[in-house]
Amino acid sequence: MPIFKDKEYLRVDLDREPDESLWMKCKSCGELVFKRRVRENNNTCPSCGEYFFLTAVERIELLVDDASFEEITKPITADDPLGFSDRKSYPERVAEAQAKTGLSDAIVIGRAAIMGVPVVLGVMDFRFIGGSMGSVVGEQICHGIETAIEERCPFILVSSSGGARVQEGLFSLYQMAKTVAVRATLAEAGLPFISVMTYPTTGGVQASIASLGDVIIAERGALIGFAGRRVIRSAMTQELPSHFQSDAFAFEHGAIDRVVGRDGMRDELSLLLGFFVEAP
Amino acid sequence: MSDERTLDLLEAKIEELRHLDATDGIDLAKEIERLEAKLEDLRQELYANLNDWERVKLARHPKRPHALDYINVVFNDFYELHGDRIDGDDRALVTGLARLGNHPVVVLGQQKGRSTEENKQRFFGMTRPQGYRKARRAMLLAERFGFPVITLIDTPGAYPGLESEEANIGGAIAESLLTMSGLRVPIVAVVIGEGGSGGALAIGLADRVLMLENAVYTVISPESAAVILWKDKERMKEAAEALNLTADRLLDLGLVDAVIPEPLGGAHKDIDQTASALEDELVRQLTELAKLEPAKLVEERYRRYRSVGRYRDATEDG
Repeated sequence: MPIFKDKEYLRVDLDREPDESLWMKCKSCGELVFKRRVRENNNTCPSCGEYFFLTAVERIELLVDDASFEEITKPITADDPLGFSDRKSYPERVAEAQAKTGLSDAIVIGRAAIMGVPVVLGVMDFRFIGGSMGSVVGEQICHGIETAIEERCPFILVSSSGGARVQEGLFSLYQMAKTVAVRATLAEAGLPFISVMTYPTTGGVQASIASLGDVIIAERGALIGFAGRRVIRSAMTQELPSHFQSDAFAFEHGAIDRVVGRDGMRDELSLLLGFFVEAP
Repeated sequence: MSDERTLDLLEAKIEELRHLDATDGIDLAKEIERLEAKLEDLRQELYANLNDWERVKLARHPKRPHALDYINVVFNDFYELHGDRIDGDDRALVTGLARLGNHPVVVLGQQKGRSTEENKQRFFGMTRPQGYRKARRAMLLAERFGFPVITLIDTPGAYPGLESEEANIGGAIAESLLTMSGLRVPIVAVVIGEGGSGGALAIGLADRVLMLENAVYTVISPESAAVILWKDKERMKEAAEALNLTADRLLDLGLVDAVIPEPLGGAHKDIDQTASALEDELVRQLTELAKLEPAKLVEERYRRYRSVGRYRDATEDG
């Protein structure tokens, strides 16, 4: 059953094989697996259980009650305040990401119900410039929190982001401060914020809004941390444990509350929401 | 900067002549005057039109004054506080009670080392989770007693390492930001050297954000941006230009409130002059902020951050 009423969203499989065959090779176990099985299985490898990326829309489908999602993403799009250009201009990058994903930026916000409990949900999409947080993503998160306050319901953010968006410079860095400041108003209103960290939740997103959940749940297989492995390796000649910045690492060191499998996430959220909100 | 060495040599020469002039009774006034004029011209030429990458190098200059250099000149009776009460004391972030004029304040500063030995202790000014948690503790102390908070930002970034991640450095930064967003006393943040990414912002959510003229403030180092975006580590000069990381540019963009002038050639050319300009600006800003009731102060800080960001109305698109 469609979760969106009037919109057609493009489905892009991140791990699409160049020959567009019906089969794909799992990057984790190396098995050739039937793509349709992977999709039916919430983008999970039927052979080894490895998770592949979910687009924001697929993630929403997985979490919310059928036909309950009403998108409230603000009709805004990235500006180019610095006139930024590296090998490509920033507006070009944004246009490409929009064409690739069918999204306006790296996040979708909406009202939804999870097993009957109304929530405001924000879901980030890693395909859009690495899920990076610039002015638009920051504003959308704030808009989601403010809508949750207006409607007196919990806010859930599913992060999938490499961090701040470099192309907007300090404007992006300041989105950390902005989302944190707005997050505080949700607490003042007595409403819960559940932060779901998926692969990857790193950099400026991990060091701001995502780490401030009343409860933080990681999806199994998540990457959680501040500085990237490459940065740490180049700055420090340090041996890093094999599970460095994994869900297990974050759990072991007390950065998150629980680790949950993809299939169980909806039930988990429902169970948790039950402590804060009475089901209708 | 190779030209800077020429200036240093010339400066030393003038000093030498002055010494001769005073001790040997030889009249060198004319010669000294001539050399001083030349020095001034060279300085103008070298520093008046620094490109952004040169500015980055100046912000990281080994002689550049560090947080404690300013703290010792601008404030009286600095009384350092140590430890996060959980896990240790990060020497890369110093904090304590002090007086600005006669007023008690809490001051925080990211502290780089001068010698190799000191840098080992201070982790080159890279703050660790213990540092952010100590900062948070100091800010809450300030709030309890109604003391304004002044933060001096100077870090390449938060300390990237295994121990940092084990102690959840991202969470520590987030908690620091959350504390600052609701703190019921005035906060003034000053970027005195390097404002390196989230590790800098972590003590930079403030009612007023100031920058020294040659300081830089950026979401990512030009070196890392060059590697990630240009795929070429040699292109940090272009990256520095693209990032808009200089004080004057950030003032134009409305992301900082004021730029504090430095002597030509950089803060290290005359630390007293720089410190005095810093003190004047701090007093000016804090006097203004002191007029606001705590609730109003927090509300205005909220409004400031709620509105930060630039985007376009998508319905305008063709």
